[in-house]
Amino acid sequence: MAKYFAKRVGMMILSMLAICLITFSLMHAVPGGPFTSDRKVAEEVEAALNEKYGLDKPLPVQFLSYMKGLLHGDFGPSYKYTGKTVNEFIENGFPVSGRLGFITIVFVLLASIPMGILAAVRNGKWQDMLIMAAATIGVTIPSFVIASILVYFFSYRLGWMPSYGLDSWKGYILPVVTLGGYSVSYLARLTRSSLLEVMGQDYIRTARAKGLSEFKIITRHALRNALLPVITVLGPTVANLLTGSFVVENIFAIPGLGKYFVNSVSQRDYTTIMGVTIFYAAFLMAMVLVVDVFYCLIDPRIQYE
Amino acid sequence: MEAILTVNNLKTTFLTGSGAVQAVRGISFQVGKGEIVGIVGESGSGKSVSSMSILRLLPGTARIDRESSIVFDGQELTGLTPKQLRQIRGKRISMIFQDPMSSLNPLIPVGKQVEEMLKIHHKELTREQLRRQVLELFGQVRIPEPEKRLKEFPHQFSGGMRQRVMIAMALANKPDLLIADEPTTALDVTIQDQILKQLRTLQQESGASIIFITHDLGVVAELCQRVLVMYGGLIMEEAPIDDLFENPGHPYTMGLMASIPALNQDKTGRLPSIPGSPPDMTNPPQGCPFAPRCPYARKICAAQCPPYVSLGENRRSMCWLLQPDAPAENNPFRKEAAR
Repeated sequence: MAKYFAKRVGMMILSMLAICLITFSLMHAVPGGPFTSDRKVAEEVEAALNEKYGLDKPLPVQFLSYMKGLLHGDFGPSYKYTGKTVNEFIENGFPVSGRLGFITIVFVLLASIPMGILAAVRNGKWQDMLIMAAATIGVTIPSFVIASILVYFFSYRLGWMPSYGLDSWKGYILPVVTLGGYSVSYLARLTRSSLLEVMGQDYIRTARAKGLSEFKIITRHALRNALLPVITVLGPTVANLLTGSFVVENIFAIPGLGKYFVNSVSQRDYTTIMGVTIFYAAFLMAMVLVVDVFYCLIDPRIQYE
Repeated sequence: MEAILTVNNLKTTFLTGSGAVQAVRGISFQVGKGEIVGIVGESGSGKSVSSMSILRLLPGTARIDRESSIVFDGQELTGLTPKQLRQIRGKRISMIFQDPMSSLNPLIPVGKQVEEMLKIHHKELTREQLRRQVLELFGQVRIPEPEKRLKEFPHQFSGGMRQRVMIAMALANKPDLLIADEPTTALDVTIQDQILKQLRTLQQESGASIIFITHDLGVVAELCQRVLVMYGGLIMEEAPIDDLFENPGHPYTMGLMASIPALNQDKTGRLPSIPGSPPDMTNPPQGCPFAPRCPYARKICAAQCPPYVSLGENRRSMCWLLQPDAPAENNPFRKEAAR
């Protein structure tokens, strides 16, 4: 078991190396660079800037020197924001995105699983139809549309919540709902279908034959089995939510990590691209590992060798 | 014999997209105290559905007809509320299911699953008492090393061992009636034999009644005192075990017997079988359900369902050819008499 997880961590390090190499190559394959701009810049200036940041050296040399910094926990300086380092972006952005993400995860769990259970228990009844209709809307409508609708009604029309910023607890409501909407819908649907499948299993019939009440059948026998697929999906969902969202942070003017995922690419801010990609990848891999540990704890049939 | 269970005109229908499937179409039978009754029939004959109807363990699409009556120990079960029914499930009537591989919860240690059965109906038991009783039950069904085994999970058990766990669970509260739905079908023959012997011993010790559902006439012969032969959702024939084998009272029973391979069977020839397939239960035949496959069928068989004819004590059969005015030509029952 310990050996298995040691091996998994080893594999993660290898994957991380591959991710670094692939991101680095792709990023440099895109035409242009951090100092290319619309305005005419004297060739000497661009050359001097490239030299300053070592961008004139051959790519393998650049890669090795970047990796050397990375091993010391140094993501390098931003090429676009003079005087700022990528470490600063992450250190400043992640707590904001992380807090919003954490609240969203709590919201997602508290909303989606009970909704899924209710829909499954009331299978075919109006509660089920209502929840599934809402979940279908949540899965299909993009988050920026949901955000605009929410802001229009709750901020502009009713004035209950601010339309931007996280200065008060009220400020969290709309971003959390927007950010978690998709996951709530998706996980509610997954919980419902998984629970319905489990409720048809022979061991549930055994539980009924014992004289257990429906409530105890669901809580003691069905739910743990039904939540296995939900946990699988939850790993990447947690990683996504904690590392911030470009759309939601943009709409609600939240100074999180999300904006760097998109802006750094269009700006060819090489170190930032590498930094946020590596940060996200590490997070995702860690969550997948956590999911496997959970699996192991819940399902005795799973024995990692 | 005093009856523990009296089923009267049980009809169970499944509502499906392609129409109502009439799985059980009006069956009546009794089970005496301490008696082992077999229900035999091929897949789709309605034997499992009949047994599940007693404790209402059928899926939500199943409907039990309002006129059906199931009286258990003087109490009508069909009108009970779910809560009242739960007092009977597992305590006074328990079940063993066909597939031991899927009938236990994979995430809960087997000891806990047996313990739960006790706990639901005996809330006063302490943890230590529960543990001791589970150990005792494991010993009764001959699970070796019960101390160690009760902490293990179903996937660590073989099929036979899992079925023993199911039996231990079913017997935990000393029920008055045990319904065993093909409990040995998924097991190999040697294990099958062990389980059957054990069921018989346990039955003799506890005095519980058993309804034993199977498609295997050999198993019935070994265990049961009385047999109901089901086909097309109806009881074709009911007979004490010896009478059934010596002198089958229905062409379907005869067909079943002829299909049992003999030890001295000619291995090059084909095993006899009943040609055709069971009726479509969304649209069951008007007459005798076996008529389309019956070698003795006459015109009336397809047109009208025959009434039961009594063939002695605890013996009845549903066949037109048993009627006193039935023609003697191509009549298996008359040939018997002539001989």
